[in-house]
Amino acid sequence: MASRRSAITAALLALLSASPVLAQADKARPPARTTAPEDGQWTMPSKSYDSTRYSGLNQIDRSNVGALQVAFSFSVGVVRGQESAPLVVGDTLYFVSAFPNILYALDLSKPGAPLKWKYEPKVNPSSQGVACCDTVNRGPFFWQGALFFNTLDNTTVSVDAATGKERWRTVLGDINKGETMTMAPLVVKGKVLVGNSGGEFGVRGWLAALDAGTGAIAWRAYSTGPDADVLIGDQFKTFYETDRGKDLGIATWPAGAWRQGGGAVWGWISYDPELDLIYYGTSNPGPWNAEMRPGDNKWTDGIFARRPDDGAAVWFYQTSPHDLYDHDSVNELVLLDMPVEGRDRKVLIRPERNGYMYVIDRQTGEVLSADPYVHITSSRGVDLKTGRLLYVPEKGPVTGKVIRDICPTAPGAKDWSPSSFSPETGLLYVPHMNMCMDYEGTEVNYIAGTPYLGAEVKMYAGPGGHRGGLIAWDPVKRRPAWSVQEHFPVWSGTAATAGGLVFYGTMEGWFKALDAATGELLWQFKTGSGIIGQPSVFRGPDGREYVAILSGIGGWAGALVSGDLDPRDATAAKGFAHAVTDLREATTKGGTLYVFALPR
Amino acid sequence: MALCAAAFLAAATPALGRDLTICADPNNLPFSNERGEGLENRLAEMLAREMGGAARTVWWAQRGRAFLRDTLGAGRCEALLGVTAGMGGVLTTRPYYRSGYVFVTRRSDNLQPEEFGDPRLEALTIGIPVTGMGYYDTPPAILLGRHGLADRLRPFAVTSDDYEQPNPPAHLIEAVASGEVDVAVAWGPLAGYFAPRQGVPLWVGPALAEAEGVPLSFDISVAVAKSNPALRDELDRALDARRQDIARLLSEYGVPLLPARAGGAISPAKAGVP
Repeated sequence: MASRRSAITAALLALLSASPVLAQADKARPPARTTAPEDGQWTMPSKSYDSTRYSGLNQIDRSNVGALQVAFSFSVGVVRGQESAPLVVGDTLYFVSAFPNILYALDLSKPGAPLKWKYEPKVNPSSQGVACCDTVNRGPFFWQGALFFNTLDNTTVSVDAATGKERWRTVLGDINKGETMTMAPLVVKGKVLVGNSGGEFGVRGWLAALDAGTGAIAWRAYSTGPDADVLIGDQFKTFYETDRGKDLGIATWPAGAWRQGGGAVWGWISYDPELDLIYYGTSNPGPWNAEMRPGDNKWTDGIFARRPDDGAAVWFYQTSPHDLYDHDSVNELVLLDMPVEGRDRKVLIRPERNGYMYVIDRQTGEVLSADPYVHITSSRGVDLKTGRLLYVPEKGPVTGKVIRDICPTAPGAKDWSPSSFSPETGLLYVPHMNMCMDYEGTEVNYIAGTPYLGAEVKMYAGPGGHRGGLIAWDPVKRRPAWSVQEHFPVWSGTAATAGGLVFYGTMEGWFKALDAATGELLWQFKTGSGIIGQPSVFRGPDGREYVAILSGIGGWAGALVSGDLDPRDATAAKGFAHAVTDLREATTKGGTLYVFALPR
Repeated sequence: MALCAAAFLAAATPALGRDLTICADPNNLPFSNERGEGLENRLAEMLAREMGGAARTVWWAQRGRAFLRDTLGAGRCEALLGVTAGMGGVLTTRPYYRSGYVFVTRRSDNLQPEEFGDPRLEALTIGIPVTGMGYYDTPPAILLGRHGLADRLRPFAVTSDDYEQPNPPAHLIEAVASGEVDVAVAWGPLAGYFAPRQGVPLWVGPALAEAEGVPLSFDISVAVAKSNPALRDELDRALDARRQDIARLLSEYGVPLLPARAGGAISPAKAGVP
């Protein structure tokens, strides 16, 4: 496996370094109110409310990262996909394992960072049968002395960060309805924001806010149904005509279908304290078979802006109306202030599943640009006047019909694994996939006395032959500055640092540090299993900088290995298993926390 | 431990006097239940006796997508009855019957639909089974959706719904009798067994082969692990030897039958427009 640099790099770099230092207002930068002085901690998976995942630490830099080595490791005790971000608060490191969702606290003040305590929430084992994409968990959130996280069986838990004692737990959903919870909460103004998973199982999606002190449910905003349920009222001033009207969460569905319409909230939330708006996205509509649900299927596959105090919706934008491809709109939303056509705008950047890099005015929901960042055949662009995605009709799946070369695939250009942004380089580091798919007609399947038809989906590498990589995207110039190719899809998050580095992991298990300006590989380490987690960077009690990552293959992309699936089954892991049959040679199951540092 | 069991079972020479270990759902009539009242329970006995032994049943609910992996794959049993012929990941015998989806209505309504484009369907509530990766992946769901009847559908989940109740898939047929739906499109053997057992006379249409390029008929076989072709061959011999008894069994359970495909060959897993 080799990483290759884009040809643009050298020339572009020379040009950039030759130009004068740009004034603040000419560069993309995180909003002033979300940027705090670097304190060496990593208290939430996204590092800060703007979701830039950027560390101001620079002890480890381009000149010395080559010497980075394992400082300590910790066995998670569970060998399913590890998606949690390791948090660091003071001298304790915290993370949540895959099912059974153990919350671990490691004492960084002692040699080898031994276990301080662990909290085991006792999760219903049946919830594993209802998790579509491995029994994962994306991590806890620290706020005012407590940690908050979700269990697979739909409970949000608050645990005292010092002692590991449970403070409260609130049940929010029902596995018998196909619901689970995998996302990392976001705590804003004393409200714990959490959402469900289960778009594949006919659930009705929602985002709920719990009181951080008591766990009482303050409000719940559904993703389908009447305006009263979706919390659409007087404050809703949405930008596009197509999103205005009464009870569109019912009207854009066949009768009653909205009740199992999906729109689950299993991904990322960002917050702008100045505008007092939270931003998040909703998942695919159910059922997958689009022929069953004519209409735009609101409010699935779109981005909501809401007020955190009462959940009132302020605007909505649908990235994939009447979804044909399972293009959940739940990826990270990176909040930046930057020049757009000469004017400084408050935007959010969404590297979307459908292949477009959306730049959206975060005050109004207006799409300012949507450029492809991968090879796309399934659509031909986004109409900026109407906001609508322009599907290519010939690439729309029809049961029984063979359709080839649909790009991107169902997992899309990029799934939930979060990007990071460096204010130093002005670049967004986007882990992504390069895959296309064929619908090869139907395959007969059978369960519990009922024959049914599965779509035979074959996924394969897109142009170039590599199935993924990392793109350094310039949001102002609206194009890549450099890119690196990987053999497999990149399913890990990225983190950028003031040392001029970007960290990420590969599905084979390599944890890498690239030069954030050029993409040059400066360091890598082969961990025990594929990496699908999120890196974090912190300063230890000894004053040294550390980088942490969980290793342990799984998730949707790695289910072939973590779930012991049969690669000959074209429908295993919704067709993904077939696309990465060589993954079994590249990695085995695992579950280990690795923390790296420079030698003393 | 599962690996050891699988190795043991695969290595056992399929000779006369051996028992046949099958996995069966404890709550899924007409096919199988814990009391052995299902057609597959009886068929398993028949085949085991033909092979010189007894049927030993491992009860395993077919609740999720992993049921093949958890039964044959895990070595919990060596054979699984009632699987579509040619299904991927396993070896299947020649089919022991072929059936199709059927329309079911109340006799008193005098409705006997034959096709999915029947305009009368637009005013009716239509019950269908749902399952599969896309949930609405059953042939009737697909066909009715194509005809713009998504509004009229009432889904009945094949799995994950009310497993505490007896025979959850039967709710679809009960719903026709109770009036909850006006018409159901059900898998033939399910309708053939439960329709006559309702308190209200029901009409069950003929088994349909296919409609508009979407297959509605399927061959049903016994499955074994890919590593066990010897057992598959033995089961083929047993199925052949007991052909008459099996025909009587299917008739007793009211299974609507379709003629075997030409040559009696195993149907390929792939279906639909090439």
